[in-house]
Amino acid sequence: MKRVAVIGVGCSKFGNRSDVTISELAFEAFKPAIEDAGITPKDVEFVALSSAGAGAWYEENLPAVVVSEYCGLTGAGLLRSEAACASGSAAFATAYWTVASGQADIALAIGVEKMRQIDTPTMVEFIGRSGYYLWEFHLFGLTFPGYYALHATAHMAKYGTTEEDLALVAVKNHKYASMNPIAHLRNKVTVEEALSSPVIAAPLKLYDCCPISDGAAAVILASEDKVKELKVEDPVWVSAVGYACGTANLSKRRDYVGLDSTVKAAQMAYRLANITPDQLDVALVHDCFTIAEIMAYEDLGFCKKGEGAKLIREGQTEIGGKIPVNVDGGLKAKGHPIGATGCAMIYELTKQLRGEAVERSRQVPMKNYIGLAHNVGGTGHYCYVTILRR
Amino acid sequence: MASMPAIRSREIKVAQDIPISKTLPFWEGLKQGKVMATKCKKCGKIYFPPAADCGECLSSDMEWIELSGEATIETFTHVVIRPLTFQHERPYTVAIGTLKDGVRVLAWLTGFRPSEIKVGMKAKLTATTTPDGTPIYVFTKPT
Ligand SMILES: [Zn+2]
Repeated sequence: MKRVAVIGVGCSKFGNRSDVTISELAFEAFKPAIEDAGITPKDVEFVALSSAGAGAWYEENLPAVVVSEYCGLTGAGLLRSEAACASGSAAFATAYWTVASGQADIALAIGVEKMRQIDTPTMVEFIGRSGYYLWEFHLFGLTFPGYYALHATAHMAKYGTTEEDLALVAVKNHKYASMNPIAHLRNKVTVEEALSSPVIAAPLKLYDCCPISDGAAAVILASEDKVKELKVEDPVWVSAVGYACGTANLSKRRDYVGLDSTVKAAQMAYRLANITPDQLDVALVHDCFTIAEIMAYEDLGFCKKGEGAKLIREGQTEIGGKIPVNVDGGLKAKGHPIGATGCAMIYELTKQLRGEAVERSRQVPMKNYIGLAHNVGGTGHYCYVTILRR
Repeated sequence: MASMPAIRSREIKVAQDIPISKTLPFWEGLKQGKVMATKCKKCGKIYFPPAADCGECLSSDMEWIELSGEATIETFTHVVIRPLTFQHERPYTVAIGTLKDGVRVLAWLTGFRPSEIKVGMKAKLTATTTPDGTPIYVFTKPT
């Protein structure tokens, strides 16, 4: 495997983007990424585009095709990656492997999603169908918040995690989103507001859930030779990509207090990067629901199993703590345009490692210049853990 | 939906036929009040949802067995915000239970007061029929 660096990143404003088409939205992330890398569209040899809802919640059936044409990428190798909410990380992994293998010198991973062109009950329907359709959705109407609520109930019963602990995750992530101009939800919230918000799938309430967002993010990867040729000053190197999948049926999981796919993907990533979790300066973890962030602390090895709530209570996952997590607002408040999320994590991680978080208040102090992105598809149906290092 | 200028896409409605020829004894069993699973004759692994093929040893030599009804509830949720096609239902409780046979089942949990529902409690897996006549299986109170 060759060394591969991230040489350009871009991210659109997240939120309700009924002003733009899927291609126009992708362009908002693509152009700054190309400029950041100092290349032209013709230099891109391979494109992995991630988008989960094509033909379902927005009208284009083959978004990779229309986005590539719009961005001047026609002629490059092209595929669309689908790994549910981890589609963006799967696209990043694909682009990474394409360059690492020597197949291409410059590859693009671009994630784009438009989720707000349809009404909410229809969106709940589509996403609810994303586990094992017949056995969990068709017969019993299990929703996506419901998936994670099953984990929250189990975690609370086994470890004494409380609804207040979940609310603390929302409070932290909204705080950082309020400092991030491209975030979807920029309001600060209090524990009391979170606890009194309407129940979605008990024990999860409105403020335990990420919003339905539109957005795009783009990442340009290059081989070491290309990094030298382009005289990239501050390359951020891909240290490792770990991966694993979980069962389609939730009923076949070993337990409901964590995600086995996260544990496996993380162990693989730490091994490949030859680091331990305590060497990380910053982490972006999959917090589509507040309980997901608490389980991620444990499954990624930031604390012992069952001690995730303690970490948030003690403020250890804020800037200044043991391991700052989701300092861009996370999926919870920055937003979770499914196909864009994985690439948006790489965008934020790259900015953090370069020390150029747009708002200084969100810049994490770097010691080892190592960061991690954890992206889950479904409830651990897919998982990718990416480690970047400057 | 959009407050911005927009063109409405052409509407398409789809509903697929989901094949059940290989799991027919399961659907027939429900009508007789039984919840059936498959068991691999070669390696002994029990499958629920029933599977016609064994992912463990790749054998397709399976037998049908009736599941025991005794379940321990592992976790649950009350789904309040419902999908489009469940709008006509009242909020429902989805639970996952482990059966005595070792397999887990995800189904609605009915007949309990919300305050009674706890992780670790006993429930009974029951084949039943919905008001519109569809065979289904749910967790109910043990008798
Ligand atoms: Zn077998």
